[in-house]
Amino acid sequence: MNQLLTISFYGTSVALILIGLYAVLAKKNLLKIVIGLSIIDGGLHLLFVSIGYISKGTAPIFSPEVVGTNAVMVDPVPQALVLTAIVIGFAVTAVALSLVIRLYRHHNTVSIDEIKNLKW
Amino acid sequence: MIKKVLVILLLAVIGFYLVDLLAQIPFGEKRDNVGDYYLQESVQSLKVANAVTGIVVNFRGFDTLGEVTVLFLAAMGLSSIMYRKKKKGDKDVRAKKPSSRILQVGVQIIFPMVVILGAYVFIHGHLTPGGGFQGGAIIATASLLMLITYRKFKVNHNTISWIESIAGVVFATLGIIGLIKGMSFLENFLPTGELNALLSGGIIAIIYVSVGFKVAAELTGVIDTVLLNNKPDSNNENN
Repeated sequence: MNQLLTISFYGTSVALILIGLYAVLAKKNLLKIVIGLSIIDGGLHLLFVSIGYISKGTAPIFSPEVVGTNAVMVDPVPQALVLTAIVIGFAVTAVALSLVIRLYRHHNTVSIDEIKNLKW
Repeated sequence: MIKKVLVILLLAVIGFYLVDLLAQIPFGEKRDNVGDYYLQESVQSLKVANAVTGIVVNFRGFDTLGEVTVLFLAAMGLSSIMYRKKKKGDKDVRAKKPSSRILQVGVQIIFPMVVILGAYVFIHGHLTPGGGFQGGAIIATASLLMLITYRKFKVNHNTISWIESIAGVVFATLGIIGLIKGMSFLENFLPTGELNALLSGGIIAIIYVSVGFKVAAELTGVIDTVLLNNKPDSNNENN
């Protein structure tokens, strides 16, 4: 059972990271590259949170139902880090998309093959 | 073709080492690390029910200040990248046809509810799952709904920058007051109250509410900039 969970959580996050990297490295469309960056983000967040998971742990919130009991809580540090990372990911995506829009206005295309000004 | 093969080879190497590394980290096992200390302290000394909020706003508060700054810089960078002078032939990229009656009436009903939900999420950030960032994002969603439904709905950028600045100043000032009182930056100087009461956690609740306002204003500004400043040139409108 635990083996299966390990494979599903770690495997999914590694798969997401690799898919995102593939999109960033191999795709020609700038929008697809930005989407790839977002997919890498998602994979990393899943990886963080699943490393912080503790078997049968609850959310790290001391609500009145949990306070007296001996409930196990998952590690809150990765969750806080992911909260930060999501916001930074949003900022990165927003700026990247605005640059894409700017490039589209200038070159009238989003294909990196046709934007040759910086190629040598 | 050769490029794709190279990329797949590279990905295979990266994937191999990632899997190799992760195989050494057991899943779902308890580890002795700083998390236990944070869980204990957030209940005992901070009186914050949501340990994640305790970490984000207090233990790693300086980091959150930086994060808010990054968000502010992204919003500012976005509007300066997207900036262009208005020309005569400029048109709104939003659809010309007014949206359907069903959407308009539905948004009228949903909009206040979404805003209240967002406010609830960031006011109760120290008690329930959620917090300033999440609540602010929910409120920004509400304004996105308004922007795509009503063509006449305009966001006042002056108001947005005022809300943003005041919220940021509140955050920084609360940190500096801690310094003035002889404690460390962003240390709690208010009475903490009782666990699970709305008025608990001292400055944490206030900081998260101000973060909520700031994030809501910033995301609304970002959405508005991307939606309205993106006027296609007249010569490539057909693309």
